[in-house]
Amino acid sequence: MVDLSTRYLGLELKNPLVASASPLSKKLDGIRRLEDAGVSAVVMYSLFEEQIVHESLALDHYLTRGSDSFAEALTYFPDLGRYNVGPEGYLELIRKAKESVGIPIIGSLNGVSSGGWIEYARLIQEAGADALELNLYYLPTDPALTAAELEANYVGLVADIHKQIRIPLAVKLSPFFTALPHFAQQMVQAGAKGLVLFNRFYQPDFDIETLEVVPSLVLSTSEELRLPLRWIAILYGRVAADMALSSGVHTGQDVIKALMAGAKVAMTTSALLKHGLKRAGEILQEMQAWMETFEYQSVQQMIGSMSQQAVAEPAAFERANYMKALLTYDNRLIY
Amino acid sequence: MSRNVITIDANEAVAHVAYRLNEVIAIYPITPSSGMGELADEWSAKRIPNIWGTVPLVVEMQSEGGAAGAVHGALQTGSLSTTFTASQGLLLMIPNMYKIAGELTPTVFHVSARTVATHALSIFGDHSDVMATRQTGWALLASRSVQEAHDNALIAQAATLESRVPFLHFFDGFRTSHEINKIEFLSEDDLRAMINYELVSQHRARALSPDHPVIRGTAQNPDVFFQSRERCNPYYQACPEIVQKVMDRFAQLTGRQYHLFDYAGAPDAERVIILMGSGAETAEETARYLMERGEKVGVVTVHLYRPFSARHLLGVLPATVRKIAVLDRTKEPGAAGEPLYEDVVAAVYEGLNQGFAPFSQAPVIVGGRYGLSSKEFTPAMVKAVFDELKQDLPRNHFTVGIEDDVTHLSLAYDPSFSIEDPQTVRCVFFGLGADGTVSANKNSIKIIGEETDNYAQGYFVYDSKKSGSVTISHLRFGPKPIRAPYLIGEGDANFVACHQFSFLERLDVLKYAKPGGVFLLNSIYPADKVWDELPREVQEAIIAKKLRFYVIDAYEVANKTGMGGRINTIMQTCFFAISGVLPQEEAIAQIKKSIQKTYGKRGEAVVQRNFAAVDQALAHLQEVKVPDKVTANRTRRKPVADEAPEFVRETLAPMMIFEGDRLPVSKLPADGTFPTGTAKWEKRNIALEIPVWDPEVCIQCGKCVMVCPHAVIRMKVYDPKYLENAPATFKSTDARFKEFPGMKYTLQVSPEDCTGCALCVEACPAKNKSQVGLKAINMAPQPPLREQERENWEFFLSLPEVDRTAISVSTVKNSQLLEPLFEFSGACAGCGETPYLKLMSQLFGDRVVIANATGCSSIYGGNLPTTPWTFNREGRGPAWSNSLFEDNAEFGLGMRLTIDKQTEFARELLQSLAAEVGESLVDAILNADQRSEAGIREQRQRVALLKERLAGIKDFRARLLMDVADFLVRKSVWIVGGDGWAYDIGYGGLDHVLASGRDVNILVLDTEVYSNTGGQASKATPRAAVAKFAANGKGLPKKDLGLIAMTYGYVYVAKVAMGANDQHTLRAFLEADAYEGPSLIIAYSHCIAHGIDMRKGLDQQKLAVQAGVWPLFRYNPMLLEEGKNPLVLDSKEPSIPVSEYAYNETRYRMLTQSDEQRAEMLLKAAQEDVKRRWLQYKQMAEMIMRINGNGHEGVPAQD
Repeated sequence: MVDLSTRYLGLELKNPLVASASPLSKKLDGIRRLEDAGVSAVVMYSLFEEQIVHESLALDHYLTRGSDSFAEALTYFPDLGRYNVGPEGYLELIRKAKESVGIPIIGSLNGVSSGGWIEYARLIQEAGADALELNLYYLPTDPALTAAELEANYVGLVADIHKQIRIPLAVKLSPFFTALPHFAQQMVQAGAKGLVLFNRFYQPDFDIETLEVVPSLVLSTSEELRLPLRWIAILYGRVAADMALSSGVHTGQDVIKALMAGAKVAMTTSALLKHGLKRAGEILQEMQAWMETFEYQSVQQMIGSMSQQAVAEPAAFERANYMKALLTYDNRLIY
Repeated sequence: MSRNVITIDANEAVAHVAYRLNEVIAIYPITPSSGMGELADEWSAKRIPNIWGTVPLVVEMQSEGGAAGAVHGALQTGSLSTTFTASQGLLLMIPNMYKIAGELTPTVFHVSARTVATHALSIFGDHSDVMATRQTGWALLASRSVQEAHDNALIAQAATLESRVPFLHFFDGFRTSHEINKIEFLSEDDLRAMINYELVSQHRARALSPDHPVIRGTAQNPDVFFQSRERCNPYYQACPEIVQKVMDRFAQLTGRQYHLFDYAGAPDAERVIILMGSGAETAEETARYLMERGEKVGVVTVHLYRPFSARHLLGVLPATVRKIAVLDRTKEPGAAGEPLYEDVVAAVYEGLNQGFAPFSQAPVIVGGRYGLSSKEFTPAMVKAVFDELKQDLPRNHFTVGIEDDVTHLSLAYDPSFSIEDPQTVRCVFFGLGADGTVSANKNSIKIIGEETDNYAQGYFVYDSKKSGSVTISHLRFGPKPIRAPYLIGEGDANFVACHQFSFLERLDVLKYAKPGGVFLLNSIYPADKVWDELPREVQEAIIAKKLRFYVIDAYEVANKTGMGGRINTIMQTCFFAISGVLPQEEAIAQIKKSIQKTYGKRGEAVVQRNFAAVDQALAHLQEVKVPDKVTANRTRRKPVADEAPEFVRETLAPMMIFEGDRLPVSKLPADGTFPTGTAKWEKRNIALEIPVWDPEVCIQCGKCVMVCPHAVIRMKVYDPKYLENAPATFKSTDARFKEFPGMKYTLQVSPEDCTGCALCVEACPAKNKSQVGLKAINMAPQPPLREQERENWEFFLSLPEVDRTAISVSTVKNSQLLEPLFEFSGACAGCGETPYLKLMSQLFGDRVVIANATGCSSIYGGNLPTTPWTFNREGRGPAWSNSLFEDNAEFGLGMRLTIDKQTEFARELLQSLAAEVGESLVDAILNADQRSEAGIREQRQRVALLKERLAGIKDFRARLLMDVADFLVRKSVWIVGGDGWAYDIGYGGLDHVLASGRDVNILVLDTEVYSNTGGQASKATPRAAVAKFAANGKGLPKKDLGLIAMTYGYVYVAKVAMGANDQHTLRAFLEADAYEGPSLIIAYSHCIAHGIDMRKGLDQQKLAVQAGVWPLFRYNPMLLEEGKNPLVLDSKEPSIPVSEYAYNETRYRMLTQSDEQRAEMLLKAAQEDVKRRWLQYKQMAEMIMRINGNGHEGVPAQD
């Protein structure tokens, strides 16, 4: 029997497959089903800073608009007492999840400013979350904003949140940093115990008939695994953080690659959305079967085994690897 | 015992008592009583119990008649039951009221007394409704203030249980129902102390129960009915004493002593006024003032009007009384006098005859009318009545408060007479509905009333527009209780605030200012620049009255702090800072506390924004150093242009600037008839941005014109020669219409009538190829464009209208060349209803008669001062009327019956006069094909010729025919109303009219709520949506009115959504009008009450159709004749989940925020509804309809 257990952010996990932040964790029932499907931990769907602010302002706007203007209709809606526009619903879900499932629950916050909302981090901890994942999801559009400023903001934010909580903090990054290892290092220094690589950005599409920009969400494929795989392999051993690979985890083999690169866990959502929750069990089975076939005894054994520092040809992860890939591609064309 | 002191209006004060003392509450919305039902429903949804620990069951009925019936049934089976209503609603309850009284059933109905519609509807207050119930056998108990309404709600309940006489408890609509005042709140212990449970138990014991069966509601014959009817006398005889005893008990409990009749004034008064309601408080305060100045005057306040106790009345009158004026807040044309007057005359007569009068000689008694429809009733008017009583022969049947220059019944009064207490601070605020002024002032009143020792009062005046409406807030506060149920008078306000600079150009805001007072202005001009920007009159008033003058750029602060257009907290902060009612720091702390309380539940972000606005406000407040001389040459704008017709200038214009009170009787029509085509004179200039046309991008599709709710964007095709005199900036391009080669095309906007809703921009399908963010029309700031576009608009109007006979109107593009005869309504910016009405007016307006149910459409359609219904250059246009809410279908049917009858008569006469008129003309008229515009025009020409010939014919039949000849030209009847009417209160009539087979067109503007009264649920409200009266989200699906109508088989039915498919809408309108039987169009009308971005109203319509929530279809009985299935499904199978549509709307979304589980459950059910309905429709549409291969036999005969 192979040992699938791993340790991520100080949490003992029964296997390395974790459900990443997604709509699957929006309901208690979904979280229960994820546990039943076999994942070892659940990252909750993200509590968005902008969403909370927006919902609150929008509710106020529409409840207020048109009121006290016309004698017969001084308001247009009944007063329902309390509205769940703050984090209360989210916190309640964490509380209930902790009561209902045995696997660790990781809260997820999505925001970019150091405003009053970081208080939510503490509330998530108080609600019983075992860890917190901070999702840095920001698209800089202002040409006056430098990379250094933006990174400094991020570092400040991580430090601020770290101060709020005792539970471990992981930071989910985007792949678009000029000097990722340095930035990752700064994250760790600011208090991040874990790094989740990477965020997937929603990439809008154009409808050229209606001339509209249309939001689109394409589920990941195993192809996307390669970007985080490389970076985890590079960071492993260089940055003192537990790493999670997120993006492109669809098969048992994908999980194995993640671990070999140096990740403590692999996170998945697309595979579950595409094939249903049963896919989690299948992935674990594939993984187990592979490990049995190739006589691996434990996950621990393979973590980081193909990191840049561990491979025979460290340059394979660098520019030479790029050239090699091109060559392979050319060869294919010739055949 | 110390009680809570709270600052609320009378609706809330009454509801608090009624809710806690009842078990079954049947409600129906009607202004101004809706607030009571809304609160009861909210409290029930929040599971708040009554004094017996159970949550009252609150149920909305289909009409007030239904509510009364439900209450009757609940009472009969032993519940404590109540309802709230007013005006026509109360009239609908009368049949049940007779029964409830006849059966000696204890209950209290709470009525915010409102005018009954006569020559016009009015939502405002008087006693014409309650007076119409005085014969029902109910006790009538009147309250004159917020505190009294609160107290009497309890007194009435205690008295009805003891006397078994049902009670109607009333207080003045708006003046009291909506006045916010500081009151002592009755605790649950108070309620328990006053309500004797033994009496409740007896009520239960009398209930119908199969466990101890009886029958009630028998039919009786001449032998015993009369005796039975007299059997109740002892109860009525006992009732007044019972009420007085209850009042005495109440006084022991609370210290507030009431009597059936309360006398106040000189013990040796010679002149006395008797009246009831809020006016009594004014009269009493005035009498006190005059008495202190030596006048021998007094006032009797009537509390218990029925049963009318002559002995109690005479018991309070001083023996010294020589003259009595009885004031009625109602009018009974043709009566010997108004009801209270007649009662007093009879009482005095009886008292003298039977020896219980305090005087031996009959006093002179005169009656007068005052305060109809919330007309102001001020101390000056009270004084005028007392002064009149000084005459040897005072005028009888007088009026006060108006100038009657027709029958000269009105008493003159001195408007400058004021009894305001110098210690009371009086403040008047002018604001826009949208800027939050009223909300801020309601808030301020609460702060002053509840957080300081001051007494406080707030009353709010609104105009009748739903967009760009002006509000005037009247606030009083001071160390003494405020008993002044009338507006702050001219020259009486210590503080005047104008929250919109532009008002200074139109309205005389400073007429309210007291010399030495304060003027606060929201101004984009800073303190050192503002003076020269003020109109001359404003400068003059500031100097003459020596006002202290402050400015703040509230919009700048609002922008900086993310408040958008809401300047409420900013102006509120300035008010507190200047008025000094509280120390500044404390004031700010209190404002913030109240912000937290009001907005906290909506989220921290809202609170923080408001806090920021408060914090920034003071830094921007500046005092203006007032120069000592007037510098402006510019004066206030005239309310209407000089070219306006005399009636508009003389009668309507004063109303536009809040000066309608000054109009004398002679200026108004005797029968409620007004000219159309008057909205165009208002020029309200409320749009901040207007659409600007880009001819290069435009594809001339007409969609923007079609959706414009206000008819401010129009297109014309015309001969290039007309451009010779065009203004320099007038835009034109080659017309792209196959019917009009070589012609020019212009799309023009009326800058001063536009509301800036941007619906047109949303509808525009043409995008700029180089910059897709731009379309063929784009919003741009109005002020810089105003003058230029006004000139262009005038020129555009001067261009000839398209020849209606030259085009086929079956395409959107062509139809939008037709002149709209519905324009510039005061509907909400972006209204979803008005585009349908405008379309109807374009297609059929020159031959249509409209019956309009009460509701939004009757308000923006017919609320003075102006009407959007208008006429064309030939003088033809829609003729419009509103009868009632409940009878609109029948009203419209009556119009059809006239048309059918008179047409028949005209044809009969024509045939009989064939020889004299000429056979060929007669034949041509009788056999005319009027299905097309050309056919109608030709028929009009024939009828014109006919009239010429008739003029020369001496036969009396020619005279008869002359009067009905116009009926020979085809007329359309459109019956218009909202879902409240069609699905609920008017459904019975609507059903009958559909069944009648007559050629009427019924247009249901379905907003899925009672929009006009503030968003109460109707049977059209969809499942899962929150509405008032469905505060937990509607649990049952929307009634399928279309499906019901289809069951007749001979009714044309269409369900349309202009935003989803405009061509389909157009087609349905044309088919409905063409169909010579009853037609029903149910039109999706997005609404402010949905809580949507109104610019996205059309998108929501599209999503509603895609989600299958609003399937488009047409059921055309004519297809049956062709052997085809009459039902055509015009939309595709649902392609998106209901949530994708619904959760763009606050009405659905707010339930997810308040009760997520229920929201989910209801949404799931709503999704099932969609599936089920779609399957049903699909099956129906796919059925093979051939009957024996021959199809249907056609429409039924109309008899």
